Amino acid sequence: MANQYAIDVQNISKRYGKQVLALDEISLHVHSGELFGLIGPDGAGKTTLIRILATLLLADSGQASVNGWDVRKDYKKIRSNVGYMPGRFSLYQDLSVEENLHFFATIFGTTIEENYELIREIYVQLEPFRTRKAGQLSGGMKQKLALCCALIHKPLVLFLDEPTTGVDAVSRQEFWEMLQRLRQKGITILVSTPYMDEASLCERVALIQKGRIMSIDTPANIVAGFDKPLLAVRTDNMYRLINDLRQFESTHSAYPFGDYAHLALNGPIWPEAVHAFLADKKHTGIEIKPAKATIEDSFMELMTKS
Amino acid sequence: MLPAITADKLTKRFGDFTAVNQISFEVKKGEIFGFLGANGAGKTTAIRMLNGLSRPTSGQATVAGFDVYRNTEKIKRRIGYMSQKFSLYEDLTVRENIQFYGGIYGLPLKDIRHQMKQLLANLGMESYARTLVKSLPLGWRQKLAFSIAIMHRPEIVFLDEPTGGVDPITRRQFWEMIYKEANEGMTIFVTTHYMDEAEYCGRVSIMVDGRIAALDTPKALKEQFHADSMNDVFLNLTRPGRQHA
Repeated sequence: MANQYAIDVQNISKRYGKQVLALDEISLHVHSGELFGLIGPDGAGKTTLIRILATLLLADSGQASVNGWDVRKDYKKIRSNVGYMPGRFSLYQDLSVEENLHFFATIFGTTIEENYELIREIYVQLEPFRTRKAGQLSGGMKQKLALCCALIHKPLVLFLDEPTTGVDAVSRQEFWEMLQRLRQKGITILVSTPYMDEASLCERVALIQKGRIMSIDTPANIVAGFDKPLLAVRTDNMYRLINDLRQFESTHSAYPFGDYAHLALNGPIWPEAVHAFLADKKHTGIEIKPAKATIEDSFMELMTKS
Repeated sequence: MLPAITADKLTKRFGDFTAVNQISFEVKKGEIFGFLGANGAGKTTAIRMLNGLSRPTSGQATVAGFDVYRNTEKIKRRIGYMSQKFSLYEDLTVRENIQFYGGIYGLPLKDIRHQMKQLLANLGMESYARTLVKSLPLGWRQKLAFSIAIMHRPEIVFLDEPTGGVDPITRRQFWEMIYKEANEGMTIFVTTHYMDEAEYCGRVSIMVDGRIAALDTPKALKEQFHADSMNDVFLNLTRPGRQHA
């Protein structure tokens, strides 16, 4: 059955053995050309969902389609029209950069030349190492090669399973810049990540935890939905600060956030009261200012609600 | 007071390649020291030298007062180590892992029994003693791994990306455990790719191409690089000249 969504997931559940419910009635859709993020920690169900959509795993119940093709009936169609980059590096380590790319082009019935334009920007960075074995590349370069191999048949939809996990901040930023450029070329991208800060780089995200979707929206709307007054607080001793803030009577939650603690309050904002409370606890270097919620604040709030 | 770690022009070469190039620094006792750098900058090689697992090519270093050339066995007894990749045996139960590591660290049986009780109580995991580690949620596993890595009360604990992939609440609980131990005098040497976690460290060093490119408190580093966050400091330092293959 055809519909307007590039990816359509309805009430998908998947269980491993008796105990683990990896996905619990998940529903979501991704528009054509959208960059959609699945945001959640390890064990949330991200990989299971991506594997079901890539037709590598069957769901126990529910419906899912990619570009209108059913994941069960039309798996051959899906396989030849999507790109998939698994979480674990799974290219041929003993083949060179060039050989890997040639291999993937050939099995998809195309050539490197035919779709070179799509990967050119990424591949030029790999070109100096094109005769090097894939197993001997650095993490960042392996990731770029894997992306090229997933793109070489010009897929309609690209599935990326935690492409930036364990990757340093610089390579992560570069990778997201590549994704933005691919999006401009009209490819639908479903990407999963445990890094909450990457949510803001997606058009829409699903926050996923323990097999359930806690929220689906634009990153801006998700943080706008954080409904508690929020203060950023700092003193000279962060460890004591967190413990003390949790004793404060109007505290809803207190968590370290970089060099500040984020203090969510149950009542109206009254920084003077917080200041007096901390001064009474003998804190020094007290600094208090209003804070804007981040995706991580929202994620933690949703986690404690569910 | 003697520093927990000293390194003086510590160097490691593999053939023509200099993985660690004359790094010098000191870590104070009870300090939380962040050891940052891009992938391939030389962090793991440096940590392996400090743990007594890899012999330096040149330079000097001491850990807990012991020399990394001559006293590697003494060093190994005085440090704890955990990483995301290697921590616990998944096919053993929680209890068996505690017994196993207690034995490896040479703790008397009586101490292991005592520690077992304490450790499980602190983590609220009393009813999971007979559960296989592989069936625990990742966040629990990582907190358990940290508790086990310090059950022999090491002077210094090395944490190599301990919080990768962990949910944001557990990640913070993990850091509160780190703070608690540092407050009680344990020295923490930690690597991470989360730049907000760099802010939790007393001081941070950033490695670029085998060298320490910057080392200071997060506050001073942000001032030095006119940056709002450690993320900007990191990008500033590592963006130019990143020509690794």
